[in-house]
Amino acid sequence: MTGAEGADACDLRAAILAGERSAAETLEASLAAIEERDGELGAFLSVERDTARARAIELDRRRAADPGAAAGALFGVPVAVKANLCMEGVTTPCGSRMLANYRAPYTATCVRRLLDADAIVVGVTNMDEFAMGSSSEHSAFGPTRNPWDLTRAPGGSSSGSAAAVAAGMVPVALGSDTGGSVRQPAALCGVGGFKPTYGRVSRHGLIAFGSSLDQVGPLARSVRDLERILGVISGHDPLDATSLPLPPIEPERPDRPERLDGLRVGVAAEYVGADLDAEVRTAVEAALEKLEELGAEAVEVRLPHTVHAIPTYYVVATAEASSNLARFDGVGFGARTEGDGSLQGMFAATREGAFGDEVKRRILLGTFVLSEGYHDAWYGRALRVRALLRRDFERAFEKVDVICGPTSPTPAFPLGERAGDPLAMYASDTLTVPTSLAGLPAVSVPCGFASGAADSPLPVGLQIIGPALADARVLRVAAAFESATEHHRPAPTSAGDGR
Amino acid sequence: MTDPERDLVRHTAALARLELDEAEVDRLAPQFAAILRHFRVLESVEVDDAEPMTGASGVRDVLRADEVRPSLAPDAVLGNAPRSSDGFYVVPKTVGGEE
Repeated sequence: MTGAEGADACDLRAAILAGERSAAETLEASLAAIEERDGELGAFLSVERDTARARAIELDRRRAADPGAAAGALFGVPVAVKANLCMEGVTTPCGSRMLANYRAPYTATCVRRLLDADAIVVGVTNMDEFAMGSSSEHSAFGPTRNPWDLTRAPGGSSSGSAAAVAAGMVPVALGSDTGGSVRQPAALCGVGGFKPTYGRVSRHGLIAFGSSLDQVGPLARSVRDLERILGVISGHDPLDATSLPLPPIEPERPDRPERLDGLRVGVAAEYVGADLDAEVRTAVEAALEKLEELGAEAVEVRLPHTVHAIPTYYVVATAEASSNLARFDGVGFGARTEGDGSLQGMFAATREGAFGDEVKRRILLGTFVLSEGYHDAWYGRALRVRALLRRDFERAFEKVDVICGPTSPTPAFPLGERAGDPLAMYASDTLTVPTSLAGLPAVSVPCGFASGAADSPLPVGLQIIGPALADARVLRVAAAFESATEHHRPAPTSAGDGR
Repeated sequence: MTDPERDLVRHTAALARLELDEAEVDRLAPQFAAILRHFRVLESVEVDDAEPMTGASGVRDVLRADEVRPSLAPDAVLGNAPRSSDGFYVVPKTVGGEE
């Protein structure tokens, strides 16, 4: 933990402002937890001890000099940041040999806003290379381990951010979600993870993967922390042309936040009838019953194109990736291999040497679906199916306020189990890519446990999906569920137990 | 593994400026073929009444005033270049004869 057992970011900030602890003490607790646990977890690619300590001292000085002065919404809160978010002067390796030594000359808008809110960035977290993966095994720097069971994957691609929060090394972290990369690792690590409506959080300074899908989102151990972070990082940014011209996400403040009376919860056969692990099904069914106990009404909805979401996603996302990753050519930044001495030879040798297998697979697929003779049949068709997937949701949301189901079809799977089988790995994303394609807000919150090994239960995540721009509604439902359950409270014991 | 599968991977890799070695072609060709076979299911979807969805936020044609604003210093930008000289990127020679 971060020095105060069970404390979330909101608690930590309050304790610092009340003078119960300093920002420096809070940071040291976080650094000590990283020191103790990260050797076996591998959640961090770098820990920025010196800059973090200097910043904590500065915050404490500011507080001492003028205790009445305004304090940012994340004053003194240690935060971890995924390795695809640029921060000036910090190495942003994006899980790739290509960017192993890349030091961004500028800071991503979302990170800038964290700093402006007086947060302390403690380090950069591991991820699948260029955010392409669901297990961390595609990181060029080795996998991250699931804190609940070190033999299992933490999910991905925001693997290190999820593991760091789950293991109590930081209370909150930023990730990015293109097809589920915040929600799926959140589910597998037993923490909360939120993907905003596309366009609500700036992508400026996020290293691009699939630009029409990428959204930055928070991971945290409480819903109010997710809400707190979103309030800080969301809102219009002129530096991102797809940023919606809207103010930051404002929490809903219902009179009875613990109740969901009148809320219509959509339950889609395509989600709960899917190929689900039996224990995931049991946990999600219990969660749906709990929502009904809180006053919600379950309504059956149909999302008939769900079955086509994986191919659609992998055509659209890889097409965009093949274009975005064309910039890694050995000229402007990153690795370079001279090859045969020609310009084209240098491009090809650089890319051959510095990209891993999964990135190459996706560049190949994306290049293929955009190539002459195949463009209309593959990419053009996928864009139309994408529109149909969105239409499914629009029709469902005429009848319901949110849609609930599992985040991942299975709990955490063993490291190595899917690494050699791309299609098996892609299936991890079955229940998260539809919302990404439609651009909708969705959260994963802990909703129970599968049995796993004898002494290490495996978390299960409940996904709550809202219509476009209903980010605050999704959070409100998540908060009511959290307040009525205890699933978010257990912490993993595997880290640090000597295995 | 058929030769057409290998040829498709080689051709696509050339378009993508990836210089795959033969061992990689051997490994990637069957995976690539399996993925395409699996994804052919998209051919069965009735899409005639759907317009292509090219973006998710609906924001279009964002303009700003054409004003001079501060930008990153050339040194800061070139600091990440594998090779640079006098404020320029250095790449292998592409025009003219031998150096």
